[in-house]
Amino acid sequence: MKNLIGWGVKPVDSHVNEKNDKPWSLKEKLFLGLTPGQYLGQALRNPFNWILGIIFAVGLPLIAYRYLFGLGAVTHASNDYPWGLFLGFGLFVMVPLSASGFLLGTTVEIFGRHDFEPIERLALLNGLLGYFFAVVYLLVDLGQPWRLPYPMFVSFGPAAVLFLVAWHVATYLSVQVAEVSVAFFEWIGWLGGKRFIRRIAIGLTVSGIILSTLHQGALGALFNYAPGKVHPLWYSAPFQWIHFFCSAIPAGLCMVIVVSTVVKKTMAWRCDSNFSDNLDRCTLGLAKGASMALITYLVIKFIGVAHDNEWGYLATGWGAWFLLEMAVGVVLPIILFAYAVRHQVVKLARLGAIITVFGIALNRLNTALIAFNWQLYQEIPHVFEVIVCVTIFAIYVVVYRFLLYRLPILYSWKALPQEALAAEAVKAAPIRSTGTPAGAMYRKID
Amino acid sequence: MSGISRRRFLAASVAGCAATTLAGPRKVLASATFTGYPDGMGVLVDLTRCVGCRSCEAACNKEQKLPAPDRPFDDMSVFDETFHGGKQKRRPDENAYTVVNRYNPENAAPVYRKVQCNHCNEPACLSSCFVNAYTKTEEGAVVYNSKVCVGCRTCMVACPFHVPAYSYSSALDPVIKKCIFCYDTRLKKGLPPACVDICPQEALTFGKRKDLIKIGHQRIETHPGRYVDHLYGEKELGGTSWMYLAPVAFDQVGFDPNPGNEPIISHVKDFLSTVPMVLAIWPAMFTGFHLLAKKQKGDDDHEHDAEKQHGDEGGEQ
Repeated sequence: MKNLIGWGVKPVDSHVNEKNDKPWSLKEKLFLGLTPGQYLGQALRNPFNWILGIIFAVGLPLIAYRYLFGLGAVTHASNDYPWGLFLGFGLFVMVPLSASGFLLGTTVEIFGRHDFEPIERLALLNGLLGYFFAVVYLLVDLGQPWRLPYPMFVSFGPAAVLFLVAWHVATYLSVQVAEVSVAFFEWIGWLGGKRFIRRIAIGLTVSGIILSTLHQGALGALFNYAPGKVHPLWYSAPFQWIHFFCSAIPAGLCMVIVVSTVVKKTMAWRCDSNFSDNLDRCTLGLAKGASMALITYLVIKFIGVAHDNEWGYLATGWGAWFLLEMAVGVVLPIILFAYAVRHQVVKLARLGAIITVFGIALNRLNTALIAFNWQLYQEIPHVFEVIVCVTIFAIYVVVYRFLLYRLPILYSWKALPQEALAAEAVKAAPIRSTGTPAGAMYRKID
Repeated sequence: MSGISRRRFLAASVAGCAATTLAGPRKVLASATFTGYPDGMGVLVDLTRCVGCRSCEAACNKEQKLPAPDRPFDDMSVFDETFHGGKQKRRPDENAYTVVNRYNPENAAPVYRKVQCNHCNEPACLSSCFVNAYTKTEEGAVVYNSKVCVGCRTCMVACPFHVPAYSYSSALDPVIKKCIFCYDTRLKKGLPPACVDICPQEALTFGKRKDLIKIGHQRIETHPGRYVDHLYGEKELGGTSWMYLAPVAFDQVGFDPNPGNEPIISHVKDFLSTVPMVLAIWPAMFTGFHLLAKKQKGDDDHEHDAEKQHGDEGGEQ
């Protein structure tokens, strides 16, 4: 892509092709304004696509194999470890890393911190895709995935934590689709839709906070069903849900930093100046937020240990593993963030964010797999299970990239002249008197 | 209050109310502790009487129409089988709802222990199931409805006794497989389950749970040297319909010696009771935050400057 831009190709960022003043067709938009030949050429020149190709060549047949021959064909079919990597990674890791949507939504829409706006859409998309693919992992893991709607429509177990998770993830997915659809409406050029979503933005964001609080916590509370199975250091009856909720905050914020770093390195052509120029500042802002959440998390983790008087366990092998998780996954990023924010070293903040993402992921894997059944034996996932997990993650990356290339997430959609005029009109008018259409312009036009 | 903020407030409130309605009466139902149906049946397993003949396994296999085992039921070498690095003994799975294991406690004769679903008074599987596939019947059995099961396997995670198994080998109709107390074929008609019926040693006693508790304590009283003074399952995890008497400490024969007397659901109640509070409080709280954040900046031309300043603070501190 970089090469093509060097040769004077300009990727689609508005409705009208500047070269001939004609509106882009949907097909042209999908091909980013390139000819199919150019598009294929840039795709083939990208070595990353070849790696993806290899993963899909191995992984996609394995996914088919799983559906043809059952879960037992790709996992160890363990009755002691009913949840393997599909949920241990796909659900319990992907969901906290996707907390970004509600966090940045809250920052910008609720607290009115419009200085984080350049990165808000990326955070919203990150949230949506993370949840969506958590559900994809779930569909691979469920014994009878075609019954996924049963808790909604067929048979209700409202006293179960998973009932709450199911309902909230389903509802929150719709909320996130609505939030991200603003970018999609801009891209297809349907302003009515965009206006409608803007009008309900606050409602969407507030329901996002509620649903996120509850199901991030509920994922932790799922382990409250297994008090004897999860090692006491990773289990806390009263605080499990708060531990999960609180650690989802740095996880979500840091995932945005990680993704934005990758984006900055690999698709700089797609980022406009509003994104690129503000990224360092936003990154440090996010790092600051993440470090506060991490400190809180560290404190409440040790309150959990103190509350159940589990200090003795710290002297065991499990204790060493727990302390390592805390030292590397929580304390180290706090130090890095502190230094980075104090001395404005964005690179260190990015490093801290990567470590945090791994640290929180390790915490979830510990709870769901490693410290689970600590009194029995250690389950090592089947190699097919690992490959299927990697494959779905690769699909996630491809979808993520596909959307970032096209939708105005990293760049601002250039409005048509008449839209720009309308926007001017709204800006000029005092907000109070603008009646219905004003809601559409909730996000201030700078 | 300006028209716009009122509208936003209303929108948020409506969203909040909708969410509250969705969540509904979660968990209020099970908040009282349930100690079992008064006439629920149970089985007393006396480990001092069991000789490890495995006829209960055979009877269960036949009654539940399970596939023929790899090794016949009169093959006693299965007692030497271990799994996962020698630590694990056999456990119930999709082909066997009950298994007998042999333990060799220190300074004592071998002890045989039958494992099957203990049919809890407040079953963890039941309380964790999000499609309500489990039922605790009045007769005391914990039964399962495979027609609604989605296959999330939370019940397997929740079961403190590692009982439910999953038919992972099935691609189209995998279901939970576990002992159902022979509910459909026997218990419903007042008959003892197949394993109890066949036991030649009378190691298994079928009766009303409340009577079995008395019998258990009587046996301990009559033969204090033969039993440890504990009826496992009388109180553990809220009480179970199947209860055990043992000649040695329970941890020596594979029991979790200290699972606590609270049913599993008690560990989840704390969280479940915060749910309605979050649903009720968050909408107003965060809409309130929003209004406060707005008010501070005013709604005239100063807005942008104010934002700029905040932005700088955010970036540079």
